[in-house]
Amino acid sequence: MNLEKVIFGFFIVLAATLNFGFFIGDIDDPIHHDIYELFAAIVVSLIATVLKFGDRTQIGAVHLSTSLVADLQLIAAAMVWGYAAHVSAGGLTPDMTAKVVSLSGGALLANGISVVILIAETIMQRR
Amino acid sequence: MTPLSRHHSIFLLIMRRLRAPLILLITILAISVLGLTLAPGMDENGQVQYLSFFHAFYFISYTATTIGFGEIPHEFSNQQRLWVTVCIYLSVIGWAYTLATLFALLGDRSLRQAILTQRFTRAVRRLRDPFYLVCGYGETGRLICGALDRLRYRAVVLEVDEDKVGEIDLHGYAADVPALVADASNPETLRLAGLASPYCVGVIALTNDDRANLAIAIAARLLAPRTPALCRAESAETAANMASFGTRHIINPFEKFGDYLGLALQSPTAWQLLAWLTGLPGTTVERYREPPRGKWILCGHGRFGRVMARALDSKSVPVTIIDRHPPEDLDHRWVQGDGTGAAALEAAGVREAVGIVAGTSSDVDNLSIAVTARELNRNLFVVIRQNHYSNGALFDAFDADFNMVPSEIIAHECLAILNTPLLVPFLEEVKQRDEEWCAWLCKRLTGRFGWEVPTVWSERINLSRAPALYRRLMDGEDVTLDELLRSPQNRAEYLQCEVVHLVRDDDDHLVMPLGDTPIRAGDELLLVGRPDARSDLDLCLSNEHALGYVLTGEDMPGGRIWERLGGRRKNEVRLRLPG
Repeated sequence: MNLEKVIFGFFIVLAATLNFGFFIGDIDDPIHHDIYELFAAIVVSLIATVLKFGDRTQIGAVHLSTSLVADLQLIAAAMVWGYAAHVSAGGLTPDMTAKVVSLSGGALLANGISVVILIAETIMQRR
Repeated sequence: MTPLSRHHSIFLLIMRRLRAPLILLITILAISVLGLTLAPGMDENGQVQYLSFFHAFYFISYTATTIGFGEIPHEFSNQQRLWVTVCIYLSVIGWAYTLATLFALLGDRSLRQAILTQRFTRAVRRLRDPFYLVCGYGETGRLICGALDRLRYRAVVLEVDEDKVGEIDLHGYAADVPALVADASNPETLRLAGLASPYCVGVIALTNDDRANLAIAIAARLLAPRTPALCRAESAETAANMASFGTRHIINPFEKFGDYLGLALQSPTAWQLLAWLTGLPGTTVERYREPPRGKWILCGHGRFGRVMARALDSKSVPVTIIDRHPPEDLDHRWVQGDGTGAAALEAAGVREAVGIVAGTSSDVDNLSIAVTARELNRNLFVVIRQNHYSNGALFDAFDADFNMVPSEIIAHECLAILNTPLLVPFLEEVKQRDEEWCAWLCKRLTGRFGWEVPTVWSERINLSRAPALYRRLMDGEDVTLDELLRSPQNRAEYLQCEVVHLVRDDDDHLVMPLGDTPIRAGDELLLVGRPDARSDLDLCLSNEHALGYVLTGEDMPGGRIWERLGGRRKNEVRLRLPG
């Protein structure tokens, strides 16, 4: 067992699970989507991205790009949330909540691909 | 140092090394923001308020970057201030660690080399002009690069010594010279430097290591068989090795100088002419004293001395050798010593000798020999070997009759080969001719163009190099040299240049062709003259109007309308003439 691999897998799966936890629930109900979970998802996703730097294989490149997509989507979601909660007059309306959650849904797909690649890579090693 | 292969991006390399500090930074920021949202604060009315993520992130961002706008949106409570104190120290540690790692990385030698290599490779790939690949930027390399720059060729330099590469930027060439600190005998390095590039017109191997030059010659032969390679070789074995796999031009400075001295002994004017024609552009050739025939003394019987002894022998001049060790051939008189003292020189008979060659591998010894010998015999003809270009001032001050500088000899030879392939056969021809003919030619050329080194260039009469003249010749017109070599400003004046050699594919070549020689398509001409004559002739060869004026004296009309009008008028004139 390799500690590096454990940490790598841990962060990738954690990024996906946190993202999923935020995403699940009624799409336009702010109560179902905790902002702390979104924050945690962003931080873990960023750390997962940095962990993927420097792998020069083809799989490493795809890993990195899916992570970058997830970061982009989550940060966009956070920005929409910030705009809704602090800038717009109406506050966090169901309309705005739906936008935030759907953006995080996109990130969830990217994180899902990341996990699939991780599993595929593990299976290919046959050990 | 081996260069980085292309797919390793420098950016990713840096990011990989920065993984730990980046993760630390993200973690610190995340903990700070999270803590700030959890610390209870108070608004103006005394109500408990928590900072939202938006405000917490905003606050931490400007605090961590030491901008510091103050406490917003409300004044902080003591719990919040406690947490912010922790955050400030955490963020300082995070940034300090990240920056320290980054600077350590940028100062890393191997990474710097990788960045320089990548920049160099990009510069070479973007070159869209013909360029020469110069391996070794020593004394010779500097001379060659300077001359190439003046001839408006680009150069790419590979050199092992970092200091010498640094000099290139200080030298002030007109065009940019991409240079890399790398071992040129590595084929991968040569490839990065554009050996296989379609714009590479030649490889010049000038390193002071024969083995490296040999490696470059082999790489050039295998990786770019069509690109001509010029290689310096100081030992006969290396030269033979290079020749065995078809290196086109091998330059041995000692052999070359031996040839020069032999020629100078046999035919001083031919030698004078040769020195004038192959001088470095922009310099003036002095008139040398002719080497006398009689007894010669040779100090130092090393690589250079052996070649000199052979050259003197071939002109049947008696030679006495001064060396610490006896020469292996024993045909010559030998005096033990090093020639720097008067005793050995006296023993070798310096008072009766006519010439001396100071040919040891030490510049100080050579100067000492020359000064001592000249004191003993005022009329001695002194040939002196200068090993290092930087000692030039001393050698200039001594004023020897012949100064043998290996770097200059190689540079002359390279330039002659690169510039004008026709020059070498012409010089061979000159060596075959008798003294009288050489004197006539030398007087005629230097009388017209002076002792300053002339421009020597080749022209080929074909469609791409001389379209205007080629079309006229194809139309069946007869053009003689006399008619062609006239100024496009005023055709009564001759251009300041002369054709010295004319080579035809089917016919014999002509040396110093007469003025009424007709030019044929496909001819190759070797011209000698002033630089502006070259541009004037180029204009005549490629521009129909200029050529028309030079040949007929008529200013041809330009543009379609004038051509049509002019053509009709000319036709009318022609119709009238027979009647």
